[in-house]
Amino acid sequence: MIPLNYYLLFAAFLFSVGVVGVLIRRNAIIVFMCIELMLNSVNLTFIAFSAFMGNAIGQMFVFFVMTVAAAEAAVGLAIIIALFRNKKTINIDQINLLKW
Amino acid sequence: MIPTFQDYLNVAPIIIVSATALLEIVFQIIFKGFKKYVNIFSILGLLISIYFAIINFDKVSMSFSNMVFSGKYASFFEILFCIIGILTILQSSTIQKYYSINKIEYNVLILISIVGMMVMSAGADLISIFIGLEIMSICFYVLAGFARNQIIANEASLKYFLLGAFATGFLLYGIALIYGTVGTTNIIKIAQHYPIALSLDLHLLGLILLLIGLAFKVALVPFHMWQPDVYEGAITNVSGLMASGGKTAAFASFLLIFSIPLAAGNNNLIEIVSVLAALSMIVGNIFGLVQQNIKRMLAYSSIAHTGYILVGIIATNNFGNHGALFYLVVYSITSVGAFGVASILENEFGKNLNINDYSGLSQKNKFLAFAMSVFMFSLIGIPPFAGFVGKYYLFAAAIQRDLTWLVILGVLTSIVSLYYYLRLIVYMYFRDPENQNNIIVTNDFKIAISFSTIVVILFGIYPSSLFSVIRYIFNIY
Repeated sequence: MIPLNYYLLFAAFLFSVGVVGVLIRRNAIIVFMCIELMLNSVNLTFIAFSAFMGNAIGQMFVFFVMTVAAAEAAVGLAIIIALFRNKKTINIDQINLLKW
Repeated sequence: MIPTFQDYLNVAPIIIVSATALLEIVFQIIFKGFKKYVNIFSILGLLISIYFAIINFDKVSMSFSNMVFSGKYASFFEILFCIIGILTILQSSTIQKYYSINKIEYNVLILISIVGMMVMSAGADLISIFIGLEIMSICFYVLAGFARNQIIANEASLKYFLLGAFATGFLLYGIALIYGTVGTTNIIKIAQHYPIALSLDLHLLGLILLLIGLAFKVALVPFHMWQPDVYEGAITNVSGLMASGGKTAAFASFLLIFSIPLAAGNNNLIEIVSVLAALSMIVGNIFGLVQQNIKRMLAYSSIAHTGYILVGIIATNNFGNHGALFYLVVYSITSVGAFGVASILENEFGKNLNINDYSGLSQKNKFLAFAMSVFMFSLIGIPPFAGFVGKYYLFAAAIQRDLTWLVILGVLTSIVSLYYYLRLIVYMYFRDPENQNNIIVTNDFKIAISFSTIVVILFGIYPSSLFSVIRYIFNIY
């Protein structure tokens, strides 16, 4: 059996990839994909803990996380489309009307 | 376990508000003239919800397999959120004139965001707190960009969405690590593992990640960057709802989750939270000084006030908890009112929000100028108004807990904040009007603003009326 640490380290690695992606990528859709990656790495952590403790709460939580991620995706893509209609770009660096 | 009828009765306030929102969606299709009655319908739903919250007030219980609390603490916040909702809906009565928006959708989103706030403040399990947070946040993402023809609104909405979802990632990772170390997500069962669990690095890391997630939602420095932008871009009434309801809900769950680990006396955690509070007070008040836009000024003032409330929460003694609850009530009513006055002066999206547009307001409309000065005095913390009593309690609590440096910082930054609050009052009373646009104040609006003004003055003169309720709430814990 693969030890728990491997799962946790892999999930932590995926989470870091997501965080770095959010911080360095400039395309709103790719930033959003990186956020989804973070949520999925959280799911992996939950399932790993849940399986190793023989405790179902973690797996139940994963369902809620997936539901929320789906709802967030629907709203987020709609917001990106609304912005694209007015601004003709989704590059985050060019979205800079509001500052200070 | 199969939920019993009593379970449903315990969460009746939440169910009624959600039912009102869903019925509005259906009625919009069935009845052609429903648009005229939608405000009354929403307010009626919220009033019934307040009624059930008052009925539930006395008995504390947990329903749905220990997922949600009801009674006392939960009922208190349910009533507060319903009042905030009623005030926001009353103040939004003129919104239709300026934006081509669907009024029924607007009301539905406000009601559902209130459901989210209620679930957050009633959560007895990290799952229900997370679900409540997301219900609230997703509604706010949409509401922030509701004036969807305006680029500013789109931008505010996108910024809020990306940062909010990013924060959700941290929050969830924190919950996952807490679950991994104690094997449960129930707040009370987690508390049984203290203080042993606090010595585990992984658990502490989980708490810190959870803290980062919540800090994004309440906008503590350095996680505050979205707030001024979002408040400026959103419809003014929605900014008021976010500043009052959103912040109060996040603090209600903050208290539920963190009051036990903070009270357990882990120095690392207390130090981190104190630094966040100190930074919020400094940055909020200093950046507030240079703002010309009234909505941005209120946003920075709101960041500063999160710092003050956090000072009371770190203290984790009776004084601190009572003060934090008192201040949350006062601050949310005040900020709904202040954003409401800003919304009535704004006669077109994004216009008349500069501080110069407030010059000579007392000559144009005495009522609005008076109400705005009461709100500003309360935000500064000048004695006859409720803000003073709240601040007094928060700082007294911190002194009891030997956090004197935070109190000194709080008092000093309050003095700094005097400049930008008083500047607005000087503009309103001691300058001549610059432009002659007429201000139309509807009756709905008058009711809402008079209510907020009276509450702020009343709780300043008789704070014991609210404190007796708050003391009663904390009796069981």
